[in-house]
Parts: sequence; structure tokens; C-alpha cells
Amino acid sequence: MSQYSVIGTRVHRVDGLEKVTGSAKYTFDIVLPNMLYGKILRSPHPHAKILNIDTSQAEKLIGVKAVVTGKDTLGKKQGIWRRFPELCDEEILCREKVRYIGDPVAAVAAIDEDTAEEALDLIDVEYEPLPAVFDPMEAIKEDAPQIHDGVELNINVTRHIEWGDVDEAFKKCDHIREDQFKCSSQAHMCMETHDAVASYSYDGKLTVWTSTQSSYYIQRLLADILDLREGDIRVIKPPTGGGFGSKFELDSAQFCASVLSMKLCKPVKIVLTREEEFTATKRRTPMYYYLRLGAKKDGTLLAKEVRVITDGGAYTGMGATALYLTGFFSSFPYKYPNYRYDGYRVYTNTAPTSAMRGFGAPQSTFVGESQLDMMAEDLGIDPIELRRKNGMTPNYEVPGQAYIQSCGLHQCLDKIEEHIKQRGKLPPNHGIGIAAYGFMSGGIFNWFDTPYAFSAAIVRINIDGKVDLFTGACDIGQGSDTTLSMICAEELGVHLEDIRIYSGDTGICPADLGAWGSRETLMNGNAVKMAAADAKRQLLEFAGAKLGANIVYDMDIKDRWVHLVDRPERGVSYFDIVKEAIRGKDGEVIIGRGHYTPHRKGMISPAYSFGVQAAEVEVDPETGRYKLVNVTTAHESGTVINPVGIEGQLEGAIMMAGGYGFCEDQPMDEGKILNPSIADYKLIRSLDMPETKILEIDTYEPEGPFGAKEAGEGLTNPTAGAIANAVYKAVGVRINNLPITPEKVLRALREKQKQKR
Amino acid sequence: MKKELKLTVNGQPYELYVEPKTLLVQVLRDHLGLTGTKRGCNCSSCGACTVMLDGMAVKSCSILAMQANGTEVLTVEGLATGVQLHPLQEAFLDHGAFQCGFCTSGMLMSAKALLAENPKPTKEQIKEGIDGNMCRCTGYNSIIRAVTAVVKGEYKEEK
Repeated sequence: MSQYSVIGTRVHRVDGLEKVTGSAKYTFDIVLPNMLYGKILRSPHPHAKILNIDTSQAEKLIGVKAVVTGKDTLGKKQGIWRRFPELCDEEILCREKVRYIGDPVAAVAAIDEDTAEEALDLIDVEYEPLPAVFDPMEAIKEDAPQIHDGVELNINVTRHIEWGDVDEAFKKCDHIREDQFKCSSQAHMCMETHDAVASYSYDGKLTVWTSTQSSYYIQRLLADILDLREGDIRVIKPPTGGGFGSKFELDSAQFCASVLSMKLCKPVKIVLTREEEFTATKRRTPMYYYLRLGAKKDGTLLAKEVRVITDGGAYTGMGATALYLTGFFSSFPYKYPNYRYDGYRVYTNTAPTSAMRGFGAPQSTFVGESQLDMMAEDLGIDPIELRRKNGMTPNYEVPGQAYIQSCGLHQCLDKIEEHIKQRGKLPPNHGIGIAAYGFMSGGIFNWFDTPYAFSAAIVRINIDGKVDLFTGACDIGQGSDTTLSMICAEELGVHLEDIRIYSGDTGICPADLGAWGSRETLMNGNAVKMAAADAKRQLLEFAGAKLGANIVYDMDIKDRWVHLVDRPERGVSYFDIVKEAIRGKDGEVIIGRGHYTPHRKGMISPAYSFGVQAAEVEVDPETGRYKLVNVTTAHESGTVINPVGIEGQLEGAIMMAGGYGFCEDQPMDEGKILNPSIADYKLIRSLDMPETKILEIDTYEPEGPFGAKEAGEGLTNPTAGAIANAVYKAVGVRINNLPITPEKVLRALREKQKQKR
Repeated sequence: MKKELKLTVNGQPYELYVEPKTLLVQVLRDHLGLTGTKRGCNCSSCGACTVMLDGMAVKSCSILAMQANGTEVLTVEGLATGVQLHPLQEAFLDHGAFQCGFCTSGMLMSAKALLAENPKPTKEQIKEGIDGNMCRCTGYNSIIRAVTAVVKGEYKEEK
């Protein structure tokens, strides 16, 4: 029998019934009495001065209740890197200048969406177009237009990471490779677009319902930019239709709805259109990569040097973190004794780039794993063997950076090797490529400058034994409400149906940084476990007294039975103890509190997960078209809390990361995204989806709740690299720029044939 | 000039007056309050607004409400019988065939329409049946497993 009764079992999602019956109420579905509908006017220019905005005609339109521009705001710049004022560079409603096609300049509230839309056409904005720049390699030149005042060469952020003596180490290498790669952008493509309902009341309190990954961030950022007290703003996250990194910064829907509502003291709802979602929300960061890798003949990797220029688009957002993480994860998952990274994030007049699932690591894994296969071929070493020789192991310290405790990379390599052997001889034009990866379980960094613990939870036990769990963690679809409820039920010794979770509501939940960087299972899980343990301790005090047990006995609760650990038959019902404990506390309900902030765990994350993926492709050499046949992943994420959840995360990651490698792209012309619709933005649909197989590796992470760690985001890292290596294995062409489209494969095949002749 | 629209939704007859340009999805969501049907793109590409119209799957964002005059519409709210879930709903729960849930209503309705037309689809036919429905979370395979389980009769027969 498993030592656990809830975790590790296959359960229905706690929000499952409301989602399969259509009764879940998303922000998109909210209608309040007296509610108005808002629309946002956006810049058609990539770079222009705003000379004048005339809203008078729009204001006269029947049904229009308010029109706001930057002049109606406090004119503050905001950003999520709050510790660094120079990186808070976004006004949202621009006053003097627009910096990309889609930058907001005005917003309207009207009685319905059609009227609001009509009013946008009546707003007259006089622009003076400025020279614009769209490519970071151009933007970094001396004579390039300056996008933000005082930012020389448009360099927004630089990062440097170094350990060992890289230059000396390269002298000792038998073989050195230098390669360049280009990683494309990608749209998050959440099914629910960014949306918000803001309701400001006459007593000066603002309530915002919004599709977000962090209610606390939105509350705090709104307080900053609107000059309200944090406690006067309540942000509620209803069921949310996906996030993937796009929804934890303050967005134009949240801000404009709030400004309009404050002007009118009426609720205002803004839902971004799908086109706005593609053109005017943030996107995955495109990167130019230069890599230099040095090895000994036997395959020992001695040194790696990485230089990256990222396309920042118009604003900073979370892009500064992506720049750091792509540099850190370029060393993953290998033990480089000498390593150097220099990264430059450069402003361009394009839609801003920011966080997206994997957060810089899908880029670094694609380039790193591609180059590693090239190195293996140069050295005549099997790619798995090369990874085995240099791969991270448990209790490894990334010099001066990070401590890795649990690590199952080598078991993953063994499993994937076995899988490839079992597959046997492949049919013609098939190839299997592999990629290894690691990822963090939440970030340790505090650029947001929160004074609160990173995660917190409160457990309240009511008279009937029902448990209310309050957490600021945000379930955006990934399933944290279910996972955290399971952790709570396990620790408290009750059933899953005994838990009711309240999450992502700043009015009733403790502050929590929210859903990003794969932090919720470990960080919030630890807080929930601590809160449940605190509540349990209070129950056990009464149980101990009631049972008259010798104090040397340990007590616990399991399956709603409060008992002596060594004599489980000697116990009492959980429900009885709850009633007696509350009576004994003069009627006060039982409240347990928990919080978690990582300490002494290096600079990046308290724990890391690892995995190896094998992608099999079948290429048609006549057309360059290829099919993803199978994607098999060996991965470890510590103790598996919610197996159904992990399956979903894994398969979903393959759809998204496979899309990054296979087809997803945002081509632009002079800063204009050319495919801003689902019809034109190609992604993997059911017919393109490969067979998927999961090979679970057992590990235990001492820092995680019940030994658990990250299990959702890291899975986005390996697929593009595995596809690149598979295409090479299948037909011998190496594609160094994403996505790996049939056109690129065909062109490379023709080039190869030409060279043969 | 508003026009009279008569239609039956989930067994309930309705008579209402709508602008001719009104889309079926707007009638369902905004006039009748049936918000289970979602809108993801407004251009027939994502499938979140899929409902059944006289037994066929249609994307309700791409059909005028007046085109549904005199028809019977089934939305996700009409899938269960009372509080008894439809086998597809049960299977979606068991197989974790959704995460954020925003595509789920449309996905269920496409699957229901598929099974109405072909009670024993192959795996490939199931993939084709839901190819018009975008899901950004699951990677589709859990949805295919759920529908397959219903096809295999692992859930009680539809009433």
C-alpha cells in the first residue's frame, strides 16, 4: 500500500464538473448590473510622436459614456521589475509617443461593444511618424532610431554570467565548435483572450475580475499606477482560460477598464479581440544566439561561451528575466567547469516580448542540444553517451549559481536509450532526435520587490470538518487548485472532497506571487502543507488529551481517523475531534497558517527537474514536409502529486513546444504582424499531434512538499531541439533557425544536393 | 430593424427579437445567458463556440441567429440529463481531457456530433472530428482517449 492516500492517485479536477458542464464563469462571462463595455484604440504606427488626440466626436456619439487618453491618467510608467525604476518603461496609455503597432492611445466605455467600436473610429489622433527599427541587430547600431529616451544603442538590459576560466579552458580543448542560431517568436494563444471587468465604487474601492496568472501582482501594479492603496483594490481571478506566461503583467484591458470605471463609478468590461491578442499583448522572445563549445577528444565538455541578443520589442516586461534565464539554462543540464554568458536585450519597434512557458529555456535548449549533437558527430561519440558523460547528477553545485539536490537525468538517459533500441531499425527518411533538459521549480529572484513571503496559505476547519483552503496561487488551467487541494487533504489526513479551495482572490487569500516559473507545486505546495500541518497540530492537541495517550506516542490523522501512529486502531473520528476542538477553543474555528520563501538555495531556484525527450519524424525529401510520428519523454519531477495533471502538462507541452519547433511563427513586415488570426497562425491541431509516451522516473526532492517539484513548464524545453536533431538524423540537414518549416528543410536538402554535384 | 426569432435551445422554446446581424453565439450568450458556449476567435477557426444545430455541429460565431430560426439547438448546458452527466462529460473528467476548460464546451459538442453521425469512429476519425476545435492546453491525446473510451462503451449508453 502506498504511504499516501490522496497524492499520487488519479482524481477528477476539483473544477472539473463546472468545466464539463459549461457552468464555470470566466471573466469573459461576467455581466454586472449597469455594466459598460470598453474598447481600446491602438497605434497604427510602429514609432511616432503623438501630436494631438481629439476625442470630441467620439464623446458625442450616443451611448458613449467616457473616453480616456493618457492625459486622464497619472502619467506613471509601470513595469513588473519594480526594483529597477529604469525598467518600468510602459505607460499603457501613451501620452507622447507610441513605440509599436498596437500601443494603446485611448479607451472608450459605451453601452455595448458595437458602440464602443464605432467610437474608436471617431477619435482623431494626430501622429508624427518617426523612423523605426525592427531588428535588434539593426537597433543596436549607432545610427538607429532611439526608442526610449536615454537608452543608448537601444540596449535595455545586459546580463553576464561566468564561472571558471573560459579562455584558458578553450586552450585545452581538442575540438571547438562555433555555431549561430536564431530562435523565433511565438504567441501564447490562450483560448481566453486578455480580459477584465473593473468596478470602482463611490467609496473609492476598486474590484477587478480578470484572467490572470497573479492576482497579487495585478493588485500591486494597479495600486502603483493608479495611486490607490493596495488594500483598496481587490483582484479576483475567476476560472482562467490559459496563461502560459502572458498574463502576469498588468495589461491594457485591466488598466483601461480600471481608469474608465474610476471615471464613471460603473463597472466596465474589456475583452481583447483575437487580433489584439496577437498584435498587442506580449510574446515569446526571439533570440540571436552565438555558441562556442569546447571538448576533449573523449567527450568531456570543458568550456562553453554564449552570446545572445534578444529582440525586446518596445518594452521590458518580463523580458529581463527571460534574458537571464536563457543564459543560465544555456549551461543546462551539463556540468561545464568553465562557462560564460553575455546577453543583451535590445528594444525594437515591435510588440514587446516577455515571458512564455519555458521562459528562455526552450530557446537555450534548442540551440544547445542542436550544437551538442553536432559536437557528438564531430567527435564520433554517441549523442546519448556524450550527454551521459557530462550530465548533471544529484547534489551538484552549478558554480556560484545554484544547488541541485535531486536529479534523475541519468535514469532518463537510460530510459530513452532503451526506448530507441526497442524502436529498432527505422524506416527510410525517419529519424529520432533527442534533447535533454532541466528546469527550475520557481524563481528565487525578487525583482518585483514584494515584502511578503513568496507563497502563503491559510487552512480553516469548520465545525462539520469541511476544510477551507485559501491561497493566492492562481489556477490558470494547469491544475494548481487540484494539486494544492490534494496536498492539503494528504497532510491533514482527510479526503479530497473535504477540501474547498479559494484561490487567486486578493480580498480573502494571502499574497502569493502566482503562477509563473513553475513555482506553484513546490512553493505554494510547501505553504499549503505547512498550513495544514499547523491546523492538524491543533487538532492533535485535543485528540491527545481525549485519548489519554502516553506522550511518547506520535499521533497522526489519516483517512479521517485520528490515531496513534504505532497503534492505529486506537483513535477517534476526525469529525468528532473537530467538534471538540472548536468547543474547547471557546468556539473559535481552527485556523492553520503556512508560508514559504526559499532561503540558502542559490540564486535561481530551490529545486530542478530533469528529463530527456526523443522525437521521431518522417521527412518527405521531395517536399521537405515532415510528420511528427512520436514524442517519448523520460522525465522526473520528484514525487508525483497529481498523475492526471502531469500527463496533461506533458502532452500539452508537446503541442506547444512541438509547435515552436514545427510551425508556429509570427512573421512581420515593418513591425506589423502578418498573421494575427487563428486561421493564419499555424499551430498543431489534433491531426498533427504525434503519439506521445511518458516514461516516469522516480526521484524525491527534499525541498518540495512530499518530495515534489516542477512538472509543467520544463517540458516545453526539449521538443524543438529534439525535432531539429531528428530531422538531421532523417535526411542529414541541419536547420539552425526556428521554426523548422518544410520550406527550410527543402531548401537545405537542395543545397545539400548541389554541394554533392 | 429587429426580427422575430423562434428557436428551441436545450429543449426550451424561445421567441425573441434580434437585429439581423446578430450571431447565434450572441443570442446564446448575451440574450439567453448560456455562457457555457465560448468565443475564442469570432472567425470560425477555434471551435470554442461549437454547438449542435438540428443534430449537426456548427460554429455559432459564424452563423447568423436568423439562420437558426425554427431549429433545435443543443449547447453544453443541455448535454447532461438533469444532474446526470453525459458519458462524454464523465469520460472527459476521468481522462483529464481539459485543463483551462475554455475549449471544452465546443470540444464536447463536436465529439457529441461526431458520435451522432458515426457511433464507432476510428482513432483517425476522432482526430478529424475534433480538428476544428483548438485546444492550447491538453495536446488533444487525452481528449482522443476520452472519446475512445465512450466509443468502446466504457460509459453507460446515451439516453
